[in-house]
Amino acid sequence: MSGIETGSRLLTRRRVLLGAAALATSACDSSRPHAGFLGVMERFNQRAQAALFNPHQLAPEEPVEQLTPPGDFPTYFVSDTLPLAPAGWHLEVGGHVSQPRAFSLEELRRLPRTDYRIRHHCVEGWSAVASWHGVRVSDLARAVGADPRAGFVEFRSFDSGYFSSWDAPSALHPQTVLAYGMNGQPLTPGHGAPLRLYSGVKLGYKMVKYLTQVRFLPEATGGTWEDQGYEWFAGV
Amino acid sequence: MHPSEPRRPQPWPIRLAHWVNVPLLAILAASGLQILAAYPRLGPRGRSYALYPFQDAVPPSWARLGGWLAGARHWHFAFGWFLALNGVVYVLYLAFSGEWRRRLFLPRRDTRDAVATLAYYLRLRPAPARTGLYNGLQRLAYTMALVMGALSVLSGLVLYKPVQLHALTALFGGYDPARAVHLLLLALLALFTVGHVVLVALHPRTLGEMVTGGRKKPHVWD
Repeated sequence: MSGIETGSRLLTRRRVLLGAAALATSACDSSRPHAGFLGVMERFNQRAQAALFNPHQLAPEEPVEQLTPPGDFPTYFVSDTLPLAPAGWHLEVGGHVSQPRAFSLEELRRLPRTDYRIRHHCVEGWSAVASWHGVRVSDLARAVGADPRAGFVEFRSFDSGYFSSWDAPSALHPQTVLAYGMNGQPLTPGHGAPLRLYSGVKLGYKMVKYLTQVRFLPEATGGTWEDQGYEWFAGV
Repeated sequence: MHPSEPRRPQPWPIRLAHWVNVPLLAILAASGLQILAAYPRLGPRGRSYALYPFQDAVPPSWARLGGWLAGARHWHFAFGWFLALNGVVYVLYLAFSGEWRRRLFLPRRDTRDAVATLAYYLRLRPAPARTGLYNGLQRLAYTMALVMGALSVLSGLVLYKPVQLHALTALFGGYDPARAVHLLLLALLALFTVGHVVLVALHPRTLGEMVTGGRKKPHVWD
C-alpha cells in the first residue's frame, strides 16, 4: 500500500519534473531561437533596440591609424565561389516608389557621394576599420520617390540569393550607403563589387553585398541569416 | 554604533537575489563562452592584443550554452535583462533597508580589519576580534563582486550597442577594449565564485543562513 503510494508520488514528481524540463527546453530551444521564450525576449529586445535607435546618432569617424591593414579585413560570401557581377549589371529599385527604375553604376555615381571611415562590428565579435564611399539609401529613396509609409527596405544580391530586410529608420540613416568604393578604391569582388550595402548602425550580416535589388516595402521580409535564427534588428 | 531592531543575518530579499543569481550567472557565462567561440581572439582584426595569452583558444564544449552563435546570443540577450534587473533590485534593497551598512566595504571603517583578516589567513597574525555580520575582507570581496557584476553589465551593453551607447563605449576605451574587459570580468567572477564556494564549505553555517535566513538577533549595523 505504502509502496504503491510512494510509487505514484514518485511518478507524479517525475512527470512534473519531465514536464518542467520539456517546457524549459521547448521555451528555450537554441536551434529555434525565434520561438518560445527566447523568441518572446527577442521581440522585446527588438522593441528596446528600436526605441534606443537615434536616427541622428552617427558612428564615430575613426582616425586613419585605426585602418585595418590590407588583407586583414575579411571577405565573405555564401556562394561556393567568388560571386562576379553579370555583364550589364544594374540595380533595380522598386516596391512602394513613385518611379521604379534601374540604375547603372555610372548613374549611381552621379548621385551625391558620401564618404566615411568607421568601425565594422561583426556578429562573431570582431571589429575592423575601413573607409567607404557611395550613395546614401536616403538619397536613393528621394530619387525614386519612395513612399514614406513603406516602413521597411529589402536588399537582394546575386550571391546565391543572399538578402536582408531593414527597418526604414536604419536604412535611411545618414551613414547607410550603397557603397561602390572602399579605402579610396573601387570595390573589389571580395568586398561585394560592384555595389554593397554599408552602414554604421547594423551588424555586418545586415550589409548585403553584390546588390541587385532594393525594394521599399510595407513589411519586413526577413533575411538569409535572420531566417536561420539570427536577430532581425541587429543594430549596433 | 547604531543599535537596531533584531534582524536575520540574511533577510529574504538578499537570499532571493543571491539564489536567482546562481542560474543567471551560469547561463550568461556559458552562453557568453559560446559567443566567444565564434571568434576566440581579442583585439581588432589585424591588431590582436599581444597581452592576451589565450588567442584562438576555443572554450571547452561543456562550458558552453546555446549550441551555436545565434542560439547563444538569444540566450545571452534574453537573460542579461534579468541579471541586470536582479542587480538593480538588490542595490535598491541595500540602500533602503540599511543593509548596505553591514555589507558594503567602507574604506575608512573596514581597511584595517580587512588587512588584519588577510594577515590571519596568511597565518601572520592571530584572528582579529569578530565584529558584526561580516569582517572587512568579506565586505571587500562582496563589494568587489557587486562592482564586477555592474561592470559586466556595462561592458556588455557596449558590445551590444557600441554606436548608440557611444559615450559608454568611449568610457571603456572602445569596442575591443570593452570586449577584453567583459571577458576579464568573467574570469574574475569565476575566481570569486570558486573562493566563495570553498569558504562556504569551510563555514557551513553560512550556507544554512543563506537558505533559511538564520535566527533574528540584535545587531549593530557596523
